[in-house]
Amino acid sequence: MSTNDTGMPSRPWSPSAVELDRRAFRRARTTRSVVTATLSSIVVFLVLSVVITRSPGWPRVKETYFSWDKAVSSFPAVLEGFWLNVRIMVICGAIIGAFGLALAIMRTLRGPVFFPVRAFATAFTDTFRGLPLILVILLLGFGVPALNIEGVTNDVLLLGCTGLVLSYSAYVGEVIRAGIESIHPSQRAAARSLGLTHVQTLRFVVIPQALRRVMPALLNDLVSLQKDSGLISILGVVDAVQAAHIEEAADFNYTPYVVAGVLFLSLTVPMTRFTDWVARRQGGPGVGGAV
Amino acid sequence: MSDLSVVGLRKAFGNHVVLSGFDLSVAHGECVVLIGASGSGKSTVLRCVNLLETVDDGVIRLGGDDVTDPRADPDAVRARMGIVFQSYNLFPHLRVLDNITLAPVRVHGVARAAAERAAREMLDRVGLADKASARPDELSGGQQQRVAIARALVNSPELMLLDEVTSALDPELVGEVLELLVDLKRDGMTMLLATHEMAFAKQVADRVCFLHGGRVHEEGPPSELLVAPREDRTRQFLSRFVSL
Ligand SMILES: Nc1ncnc2c1ncn2[C@@H]1O[C@H](COP(=O)(O)OP(=O)(O)OP(=O)(O)O)[C@@H](O)[C@H]1O
Ligand SMILES: [Mg+2]
Repeated sequence: MSTNDTGMPSRPWSPSAVELDRRAFRRARTTRSVVTATLSSIVVFLVLSVVITRSPGWPRVKETYFSWDKAVSSFPAVLEGFWLNVRIMVICGAIIGAFGLALAIMRTLRGPVFFPVRAFATAFTDTFRGLPLILVILLLGFGVPALNIEGVTNDVLLLGCTGLVLSYSAYVGEVIRAGIESIHPSQRAAARSLGLTHVQTLRFVVIPQALRRVMPALLNDLVSLQKDSGLISILGVVDAVQAAHIEEAADFNYTPYVVAGVLFLSLTVPMTRFTDWVARRQGGPGVGGAV
Repeated sequence: MSDLSVVGLRKAFGNHVVLSGFDLSVAHGECVVLIGASGSGKSTVLRCVNLLETVDDGVIRLGGDDVTDPRADPDAVRARMGIVFQSYNLFPHLRVLDNITLAPVRVHGVARAAAERAAREMLDRVGLADKASARPDELSGGQQQRVAIARALVNSPELMLLDEVTSALDPELVGEVLELLVDLKRDGMTMLLATHEMAFAKQVADRVCFLHGGRVHEEGPPSELLVAPREDRTRQFLSRFVSL
């Protein structure tokens, strides 16, 4: 009964002529698609570059936005600023993950005892999901120091990060909650019937499945956080955007902004590709078969 | 001394009354089979006994303890029973082995090594020793169902509840599961199961209960109830199963 449930004999197999033919066809089709994609990309790129470089304003734009010398000279400062953005993303990302999870769990708790907890989580989510991020950052960054409270930091970097954490936790909490609620009730029933408590059921059965399910959406939020970390430059924190601004102010050449943009892209594009890959992998074999 | 006794159980969903004045007792080591039309409340009985539903009225006793008493810890009560559902409900994110060890390790405080040993023995018993590291979605329906039974058995429950455990399986796989249940019965396991398969009921049941009108309409040993029912309603229900 163990290995050979189906009584399948292990005969040596070599693909039949029909199968070989199908494989050859699939290979040819793949090659054809790659060639078509490459050719059409080249054509589009050529047309665009001809149109742009032939336009009358191009020499001036090229000088103010794409000056190679300016790019080289501003690069170290912008890169240093960018390094701050990366650190903000990693640290805030971790804190946001923890807060978001806590908020999601708080909102899914049942029973009258937990009413205050649920109410708090709901109010928090409504508030910070409803406020524009830039407003939260401005209010914290300029409001808190003005209050002059004893023992509360006036460090704008810290306050800006707090703003990011508050806003993003509200979003991430909602994503995770959606994941938790998407797990079929029969999974809870099965876990509870084995004697697991409500908390154990969440921890070992519901949340692992929920997080897996919403991972692409969470990674998407991380990419977005990486971009939005640039917003704290309005508080004067020297991140990539602010560093580029300082470099630009010297001679009104905008190339440093382009440098900052390229740096952001160099991180967000691979992250986006990774997110897509995770999402695709989730479909996984066995779930939808060949469809 | 009966292991499970249900007295005057009532359960309604909204104003749809499913069970009312429902009485049932299952003796230690006995195998009782619930039959009845779709919607007659077989699953509801099992879910109430497992405290997955709160009852509207009545008392359920397990080994003499009133489990419907709100002061009783429902998790502790559930830990004393095993339930297997029609739809298996394995945890898709865990390997077969981890599905089985989850409750022993987390609920019963068994050391992981010991739990894994017990789980492998149980898998061997249900004929799936080689599937320990498979994911549930890599298994066939019958294999998943056997894992679900192993998962319930590994906690050494006092009572096994089985809800149409074979209805998603082809006849040959039904045989596999049936064999396993006959085996369990021989080991003295107390079982309460719901099924639509009369042949199945005939083979494992000590007693068959026909559910109708929210209570046990007629009961008896399979050789009597399935062959020569006394009540019209029972006869009418059974007449749809030609192969008896
Ligand atoms: N959660 C619920 N909410 C509302 N009604 C329910 C719920 N669960 C069950 N019911 C109703 O209770 C009745 C009994 O359901 P139950 O699942 O116990 O039937 P069953 O005898 O197991 O039927 P089947 O043989 O089809 O599995 C049905 O009419 C069903 O619609
Ligand atoms: Mg049912």
